[in-house]
Amino acid sequence: MRRKSFDCRRLAAAAAVGGMSLLGRAQVTEYQQHQWLNTPAASSHIGNLTGRPKAAAMVYRRYCVVCHGELGDGNGESAQWVDPKPRDFTLAIFKCRSTPTGTLPTDEDIYDTIARGLDRSNMPPWNTFTRQERADLVAWIKHFSPRWQTEKPGQRIEIPPEPEITPERIKAGQDVYARVQCWKCHGAEGRANGPSASTLQDDLGRPILPYNFAEGGRFKCGTTDRDLYRIFMTGMDGTPMPSFADNIKPEEAWNLVFYLRTLQPFPSKQKEIAKPLGLKPINPNATGP
Amino acid sequence: MTSSRNTVLAALLSAAFLLTFSSSASALPAFARKYGLRCSACHEAWPMLNYFGQKFKDNGYQLMNDRDSPIWQNPSYWPATFRITPQWHRESTDKVSVDTALTGLQQITSHGFDLSGLDFHTGGTLEKNVSFYVLPSSDSSGNFHFETVMARLDNLFGSSWLNLKLGKFELDNLISEKRILTLTNISGVYQTYHFRPPNDSNFYGQIGDNQLGLEYMGHSADDRTRISASLLSSNDGQVGLPSSNGYTGFFSASQAFDTGRLGVQRVGFYAMAGEAPTYFLTTSGGPLATPFGNAGGRGNRSFSREGFVGLFYLGKLDFLAVTQHGSDSAYFAATPSIPANTPLPAGTQSPTWNGYMVETHYVYNPQLIFIQRSEFERVSQQGLPGVASDTGNLNMFTFGYRWYPIMNPRAGFAFHNEYSWLRQRKTAPDGSDLTSSSLFLGFDFDF
Repeated sequence: MRRKSFDCRRLAAAAAVGGMSLLGRAQVTEYQQHQWLNTPAASSHIGNLTGRPKAAAMVYRRYCVVCHGELGDGNGESAQWVDPKPRDFTLAIFKCRSTPTGTLPTDEDIYDTIARGLDRSNMPPWNTFTRQERADLVAWIKHFSPRWQTEKPGQRIEIPPEPEITPERIKAGQDVYARVQCWKCHGAEGRANGPSASTLQDDLGRPILPYNFAEGGRFKCGTTDRDLYRIFMTGMDGTPMPSFADNIKPEEAWNLVFYLRTLQPFPSKQKEIAKPLGLKPINPNATGP
Repeated sequence: MTSSRNTVLAALLSAAFLLTFSSSASALPAFARKYGLRCSACHEAWPMLNYFGQKFKDNGYQLMNDRDSPIWQNPSYWPATFRITPQWHRESTDKVSVDTALTGLQQITSHGFDLSGLDFHTGGTLEKNVSFYVLPSSDSSGNFHFETVMARLDNLFGSSWLNLKLGKFELDNLISEKRILTLTNISGVYQTYHFRPPNDSNFYGQIGDNQLGLEYMGHSADDRTRISASLLSSNDGQVGLPSSNGYTGFFSASQAFDTGRLGVQRVGFYAMAGEAPTYFLTTSGGPLATPFGNAGGRGNRSFSREGFVGLFYLGKLDFLAVTQHGSDSAYFAATPSIPANTPLPAGTQSPTWNGYMVETHYVYNPQLIFIQRSEFERVSQQGLPGVASDTGNLNMFTFGYRWYPIMNPRAGFAFHNEYSWLRQRKTAPDGSDLTSSSLFLGFDFDF
């Protein structure tokens, strides 16, 4: 029953995002983008920095336009060759946010993504920019979409302090992994080989792969435990990875973080603590509805 | 008179050297193809790297995402690029020895259509964190040599501070001569990287030349801090152990600073110190015939180069600055060098000099750049007695522009137009100043 309602929510969210994207595409023109350049909504604020979009025009042209395109619609000349496809800024839908699913990210979210890059994509870490240049780029990115003119970013989700890691919590994390059916995409052992893995598509209908924990690559939206926790709660908009904010409690999310760390191929405190448990991979057949 | 002849000979050899080696700049559409980036992502104007390109290079030609290993590429992907520059150029020198001239000297001007050398670049990753670069390079008549051959272990133990390179490579010069933006016969190399006073025979201390050796390099994750140290054979990059057992060390360090919208500024220093042979053993008057190379170099004596480097960005305007203080052992004061197993002639002392270079760029946009460079070399101590103190002092100025009408992730093309002028004090055959100029128009392209 829980799964059914959960799937409905996903469907509704996808439809909303898809609708928004169509609306956005129909509305955005180069003329409008030019007009938005001069609006306060197109500036950015990161700490004590104020980003101004026009200041980033040259930087965007030099570094970003080849993938994201002149209009920020993800149709740069290299877009046809890269996979995953470049972000379409006219939709203002971002994977890495600190805000609830369906809402705009904060300026800091985009700012951090530029410096961190996105692993398993062609987006490298652009930490060579100065802080001001990055802030300006955030402002430039915002001028591509009408959403920034009419909406405010969502409230940052709260992340409670990380509890102590215990064997019980790790075991409980495995139970959460089974209950909310992470395994369907990520696989019983986190190898990205769940029964749904090969059928996944992003909101624009393009094939997409789930994260392979056993491979041990960097997480897309940050490498710390807090970053991993945040992903459960925000989801990755535009992808099949939903928000579980309404499905799991904060302490359950931490338990899930601890369990997922045991699936990664490198040594960790969680792995050490989990050793005496002798955890076996979950049995998908035993976790039906 | 002998001195003048030596000077002319040295000038001719230098010119031949410059013509042979000056074209080997690096710009690799193969990388752009691999990552889907435009050349402007890594190059301020190709082939000159920008900060992001420098970081890419320092990471072992890796963007540091999971797409760096060649396993991610289509099997037909081959990381190769060629570069060549068809051109029209005009060269002029005001005092050349000519038999038919009334004074024995005549201004010679020649112009016409020509070619640069051809570079075949291939480089990239053999596996994640194992990179390579191989560059067979020819002169304009098609005679090839290996300009670069190296393999590098990157990010050892997961640390960006541990990278080891072995082979023949460009020294870790912050301002790379192999990525120079100026192309005339005069400006195709940095005079500051090759200068030595008239009569000075030590060609082992040229920091612009690729060298054979082992390099340690380390940098912070964002490349703000960089350090490197190299152990090199003192043979100016020539294979076959031609100069025996001398070694040279090269060190560099730099720090970059965040200055808001102005960009990232960088300052650093470098030092080169080494020793090289002053004479060679002979057999029947010729070089030794040894089975494993000519190991006849003897009488090693020291030399050093050191200076500061700065890269300053002010929006569309940027400045590159290099200083150099050079010093050679007194045994190198003459050409050929004075054998170290003989006493120094009276009055002979270590040649020393100072060099300064400032190159200014105005980047109108990523597809149009204006360039100006000034170089000044000043001899502070002549090696041989009786030589006027300003003999060999050199001024060089060049200005031009490069226009990139196309810029895509597959190829590079630039229309290059430039004029250069050089004057060296008292080095003409008659002991007066020698002045040269060079005008260049060409299509510089790589694919």
